[in-house]
Amino acid sequence: MADGTPAPAAEKPATPHGAILRPGYSFTTLTDKLASIALSRRTPTVWFVGAAVGFAGTMMLLSTITYLVFKGVGIFGVNVPVGWGFDILNFVWWIGIGHAGTLISAILLLLRQPWRNSINRFAEAMTIFAVSCAGLYPLLHTGRPWLDYWLVPYPNTMGMWPNFRSPLIWDVFAVSTYATVSLLFWYVGMIPDLATLRDRAKKLWAKILYGALAMGWRGSARHWQRYETATLLLAGLATPLVVSVHTVVSFDFAAGIIPGWHATIFPPYFVAGAIYAGFAMVLTLAIPLRKIYGLEDFITMKHLDNMAKILLATSLIVAYGYGVEAFMAYYSGNVYERYMMWNRMNGPYHYMYWALIFCNVIAPQALWFRKFRRNIPALFGMAMIVNVGMWLERYVIIVVSLSRDFLPSSWGMYHGTRFDWSMFLGTIGLFIALLFLFIRVLPMISIFEMRAILPEAKVREEEA
Amino acid sequence: MSEEKVDIARARTRLESLEGREYWRSLEELLETEDFREHLHREFRVPIDSGVNRRELLTLMGASIALAGLTGCTRQPTERIFPYVKAPEELVPGVPLFYATAHVHGGYARGILAKSYMGRPIKIEGNELHPASLGGTDVFAQGFLLNLYDPDRSQTLRERGEIRPWSALLAAVRLAVEKERPSRGAGLRLLTGTVTSPTLEKQIGGVLAAFPEAKWVAWEPAGRNNVFEGARLAFGEAVEPRYAFDQADVILSLESDFLATGPAMPRAVRDFASRRRGQNPNRLYVVEATPSLTGARADHRRPMRPSEIEAFAAAVAVAVGAIASAAPTDPFVEAVASDLKSHRGAGLVVAGESQPPAVHALAHAINEALGNAGKTVTYSEPVAGGPSDQTAALAELVRDMEAGRVSTLVILDGNPVFNAPADFGFAKAMERVGLRIHLGLYDDETSRVCHWHIPAAHSLEAWSDARAFDGTVTILQPLIAPLFGGKSAHEVLAAFSEQPEKSGHDIVKDAWSGKLPGADPEYAWRRALHDGLVEGTAFPPKPVRVRPDLGSEIRIPKSETGLTLLFRPDPAIWDGTYANNGWLQELAKPLTKLTWDNAALVAPATAQKLGLTTGDVVELAVGGRKVPAPVWVMPGQAQDCVTVHLGYGRTRGGRVANGKGFDAFRLRASAALWAAPGLELAKTERRATLATTQHHYAMEGRDPVRAVTAEEYRKDPGVVARLGQAPPGPEDTLYPKLPTGSYAWGLSIDLAGCVGCNACVIACQAENNIPVVGKEEVARGRALQWIRVDRYYKGDLDNPETVHQPVTCMHCENAPCEVVCPVNATVHSAEGLNQMVYNRCVGTRYCSNNCPYKVRRFNFFLYTDFTTEILKLVRNPDVTVRSRGVMEKCSYCVQRINRARYAAEKENRPIKDGEIVTACQQACPAEAITFGNVSDPESRVSKAKAEPRNYGLLTELGTRPRTTYLASLSNPNPTLPGAPAAPVLEKTNG
Amino acid sequence: MSGPLYGLMAEFEDPTALVEATRRAREEGFTKLDAYSPYPIEALTEALDIHDRKLPAVVLGGGVLGGIAGYALCYWCSVIQYPLNVGGKPFHSVPAFIVPTFETTILFAAFAAVLGMLGLNGLPMPYHPVFNSPRFALASRDRFFLCIEAKDPKFDHDETWAFLTKLSPRVVMDVEE
Repeated sequence: MADGTPAPAAEKPATPHGAILRPGYSFTTLTDKLASIALSRRTPTVWFVGAAVGFAGTMMLLSTITYLVFKGVGIFGVNVPVGWGFDILNFVWWIGIGHAGTLISAILLLLRQPWRNSINRFAEAMTIFAVSCAGLYPLLHTGRPWLDYWLVPYPNTMGMWPNFRSPLIWDVFAVSTYATVSLLFWYVGMIPDLATLRDRAKKLWAKILYGALAMGWRGSARHWQRYETATLLLAGLATPLVVSVHTVVSFDFAAGIIPGWHATIFPPYFVAGAIYAGFAMVLTLAIPLRKIYGLEDFITMKHLDNMAKILLATSLIVAYGYGVEAFMAYYSGNVYERYMMWNRMNGPYHYMYWALIFCNVIAPQALWFRKFRRNIPALFGMAMIVNVGMWLERYVIIVVSLSRDFLPSSWGMYHGTRFDWSMFLGTIGLFIALLFLFIRVLPMISIFEMRAILPEAKVREEEA
Repeated sequence: MSEEKVDIARARTRLESLEGREYWRSLEELLETEDFREHLHREFRVPIDSGVNRRELLTLMGASIALAGLTGCTRQPTERIFPYVKAPEELVPGVPLFYATAHVHGGYARGILAKSYMGRPIKIEGNELHPASLGGTDVFAQGFLLNLYDPDRSQTLRERGEIRPWSALLAAVRLAVEKERPSRGAGLRLLTGTVTSPTLEKQIGGVLAAFPEAKWVAWEPAGRNNVFEGARLAFGEAVEPRYAFDQADVILSLESDFLATGPAMPRAVRDFASRRRGQNPNRLYVVEATPSLTGARADHRRPMRPSEIEAFAAAVAVAVGAIASAAPTDPFVEAVASDLKSHRGAGLVVAGESQPPAVHALAHAINEALGNAGKTVTYSEPVAGGPSDQTAALAELVRDMEAGRVSTLVILDGNPVFNAPADFGFAKAMERVGLRIHLGLYDDETSRVCHWHIPAAHSLEAWSDARAFDGTVTILQPLIAPLFGGKSAHEVLAAFSEQPEKSGHDIVKDAWSGKLPGADPEYAWRRALHDGLVEGTAFPPKPVRVRPDLGSEIRIPKSETGLTLLFRPDPAIWDGTYANNGWLQELAKPLTKLTWDNAALVAPATAQKLGLTTGDVVELAVGGRKVPAPVWVMPGQAQDCVTVHLGYGRTRGGRVANGKGFDAFRLRASAALWAAPGLELAKTERRATLATTQHHYAMEGRDPVRAVTAEEYRKDPGVVARLGQAPPGPEDTLYPKLPTGSYAWGLSIDLAGCVGCNACVIACQAENNIPVVGKEEVARGRALQWIRVDRYYKGDLDNPETVHQPVTCMHCENAPCEVVCPVNATVHSAEGLNQMVYNRCVGTRYCSNNCPYKVRRFNFFLYTDFTTEILKLVRNPDVTVRSRGVMEKCSYCVQRINRARYAAEKENRPIKDGEIVTACQQACPAEAITFGNVSDPESRVSKAKAEPRNYGLLTELGTRPRTTYLASLSNPNPTLPGAPAAPVLEKTNG
Repeated sequence: MSGPLYGLMAEFEDPTALVEATRRAREEGFTKLDAYSPYPIEALTEALDIHDRKLPAVVLGGGVLGGIAGYALCYWCSVIQYPLNVGGKPFHSVPAFIVPTFETTILFAAFAAVLGMLGLNGLPMPYHPVFNSPRFALASRDRFFLCIEAKDPKFDHDETWAFLTKLSPRVVMDVEE
């Protein structure tokens, strides 16, 4: 049968509500359809457009980095008092986005949510790409990036070691661990599908490539048993990890003494924010992808609906975070805290704050309505609003807090320069480039996990 | 490429003369013009006309490229160096030597000690023996060191732009002298600044003796004309008033900014500050049109327009019975007058240079009537020589020049083309002069229109002498041979004498031979050089009486209407003398906190009326002369008064000076040198970016600066502590005590003494090799000075209380910056120093973010100039030169701590209290900064911190700062309402 | 037929058949047999009754090791090797050290899980006889295989062949070494 043949077109019934997979698929058709995306000879034009955009962005990123290293970190808008600007802001933004991937693949796995099976693969990929974009910022925001390796504990002639009390060192540990574990998880999850591609590949290079990556997987029952254990254990490890990562990121601020940073609410509120941002990004990617590759059968309304619900829930948690911040500022009776809140709402950056409240608190309330959740363009728009909202949240936390801290004499203003922007857009480009590369050569939907949810996958017991 | 005209016709003929196919690249080449050859020389390191064939040429090029490559990779000095064969006496490499000399500012000497490393002066400190210094310095003394190493200084003697040897000038002068002889010098004019140098006066005297018809004109743009004219009006003769601020209980300043300008700086600050902390503090009333540092320290300040000040002075004079006449009066006048009267002999009225003679006369009259004369104020012969009415003399010179009566004009170290009154048209008049000779540090606006330009020797390069405000003579000794072969005024004048080749040293020494106190002349000479002053050269007080009929002389002017333009010397670059000085250009001016620019200061009310905001560009027009200027809304400015600062808008001042700010001199007419009524102000559409270091002026209900009245403090010393939140006690900590050394360094800053003069800022910049970042970077919030002097306003927008607070690294015992550094680049020493390890820093800037005082500074770019060789000379070899991408901040001058430590360890004794003096402490004229060992209860710093006035900044955060402050004390007149308790100002600028 | 025999392989259409066949084969007394499916089937694990508890132990070991290593690093650097007064904090800053410790724990455990799983499964394995059968490629798509190895004491080519055919497979085939 030819690659990518869908289920027999004749008796193709529509996907009923709540279904996480359109009926009518067999092992064969499902496998062929999904494998064909990576294997088929013809690539949709849209892919080339996307890849071109991503490539252009990546080039912009590289040229910005070159200029940065050549000229100095002064090309960005940072100053005293605002020592961190777009750099750390975008770092937190990207890291946050990454979290949904791990959440879907790990936590939902532990919670036995089969609907995750169709989205976990590219959600994990998103995680890895987002983390690699995020990683660039802390590396490049320093005054002397070529010395960044000093943050790593390694024996050296100076006999110097990093300061393990610094949240930035915690970041080094947390983010690198997170990146590594996500990568492992992603790869292990792909091994059976790589075997499928290996067995279905026609071109020699493909056979060799996938063969090597599949490591000789043959679907033995014994292997499956250990494989399942390993995945569960990894999920069990990744769950506390993903929570710890954004907690540690929030420590960058919570451990500081700046009003607007020094808050105990930060860890939970950052983690919720991360999941919020992450699911927004999953929607941002899933909605166009299912259209381009005709994956409506696998990424069904049910998926979109569930994600929309999570979006709503997390937006409420985040809103609670904002509320607590404001209340604590008032209740502390501390002049600096109170001024910080007053300044967010009425200061020179007040428009940022109110825009953030709109994007993260007011707008998501539309998700209460089933009609809205099931309106795909509307949902996509909402995801976009959330992406912006979470960016603004970090802007308000980082820049606005720093711009007016304790001594009025040292207050200042911050504005991103064109290099701040080119770097930001550049990382978005890199993200897109990596993503399109991934969907072209690797299975973006977990084939074997999809097989497992096919009705024919059930073992009929009465015969036993 | 070519200045010289390209002659097409010549080109054609040349082309015809060429045989065959010869190619030419440009007309310049074709015509073999001068600079085309130069161009080729630059291209190939061989003289192009030395007949080398192609092959040689290529080899040579190859070689030169190779060399270029080599020098490219390493910073190898190409000069040869030689070891000392016989090391000079007392020169130990690495150990600095101090030489006593003086900084001459506006003609008046201020004693300094110049610190020299291996023959390089690298730092200026105050001379404790010198009456004008008493150990303190000011921004100009601290800053003028940089001018010594200024790469833009004029480096060659030129005639009409052509480089000439010194002998050529001597010949030219000889010629001129011979031409002048028959007319007995009728066409010879000497133009100098204010001259207090006995030697120079003697030399000028010699010239005038030889040429009786010749004239000597002295012009100081920000001079003391009014002082002398006022004295002449009051006493019938020009005398120099000398104030004893330490003796005065009540001081009334009639727009006198004696704490910032005036010849007695920094002595005046020392004397004044000594009376602000003590048991019986003095009281200061200030009436002024534009806010000044003196006004900022006033217990009662009233903004007044010039005419109002005059009326006020008269009213006070009448009220104290100094003059008999009728004058309008008001409660303020009453209060001031009665306060002055109740302190007979201990009061003092000071009139500012910017005030008309009448006001000075009134001040003298009041002082005499209250018996202050002889006690708080004494009079002496004018310290400066030459004509006392400089404006008149200059006017006459201009008339002579226009009439063609001047054949030879010698300008000794002045820039009249730039700073002479605009109505004189000095440059134009000069063109009528046959021979124009200019001596100056820079090839400036004046030298452009002179035939001869002589590079002047910096005052650290040449022998000279100068008098201080009280007449005390300092003999200026050079610390370094003239870097650019500069000449001193003495050497130039010698050219007019019989011994043209005489060296500066001999001229000065001979001038003093026999005049120095003491039997042994050589000893006396050395003594004078060592001490930095000549004993007993201070002028004796001179008894003078105010004319009884003075009252009739005083005309109370009717109050002016419309806008008035006020001229003031710039607090950072003075009259433009220091315009090419990066340190001073980047210095945040004490009241506006503006850098790199001057602005038109406008009162908030006036700005409102005219619809102006800070940054609007307006066109100022006075007497038909127009200048565009950016507006700066200035709280405390008198209404309808617009203040502009002089010295900006240079066109030939050097790379730093050129194009900065606007030229206020172009509006300044001889008739109205300080206040020009009838100003027309037209708003334009343009806006200007002004780089300020402080955007926010209100304290927002916080307590960074604590100020109480002396009365409150005497009644209840605990009041200061209660002004802020209580800090955690020494035992309120969960942390174990960490090992500490035998010393615990700490700093105390007395806000009662601090007048916000900025001397500490420049001292720190010079001591710690802090680079200049430029206007754009300052505007982006990247100023690099380690000390900033914060300025806050309190109360009424139109007449706010102004307070200053120097803020530097607090060296917190629990430093928030240290904890967050990922690479341990900032850690704590056992002696309590918050150390910044530059070469470990990777530049995450987390420490700066987490510093509640925001005293850390970051090298966002490569700010330090690594390429300009001469700038390397000014750097302090004891302090690391920072490169790009590292954080830096105040180190408590750790290099000085260590130097003291070596000394102590060599002698096997503990470091003595007061042995370590930080750069800021040394420079402070008010003795407001104290540094020392806080673990020794007997040390001065411990005693200061033990005072109930002591408080720390943001101590409620538990940072336990080692730098603490002593609350400011004011002494308001109980009969007067204090500053109105108006709501705290919102942000006014930036 | 060339080369020695590895075993006999039966191909099935659906998981139920495979599970059934596997159970029957074990009842028949075969021990050296393995089943291959395109996705994990729990019933199959039971049918083959595989009880492997090694992996969790390995992961636990990795985690413990990581935790100790992480804390030891912090402690040794900040307390023993180069103690520094950092903001007046104690050299032994327990709360601060928790974070790196936690992360290293997770990291080591994760590596243990992945490497342990691959190791115990003997992966990567570039060659395996089952791949010699051309139809086995379908094991990663839609077919289910049961393979009885020649090593099995009860193995006899013709009998086993007969036995497998009884299980109504789609096809039975020889698998070469």
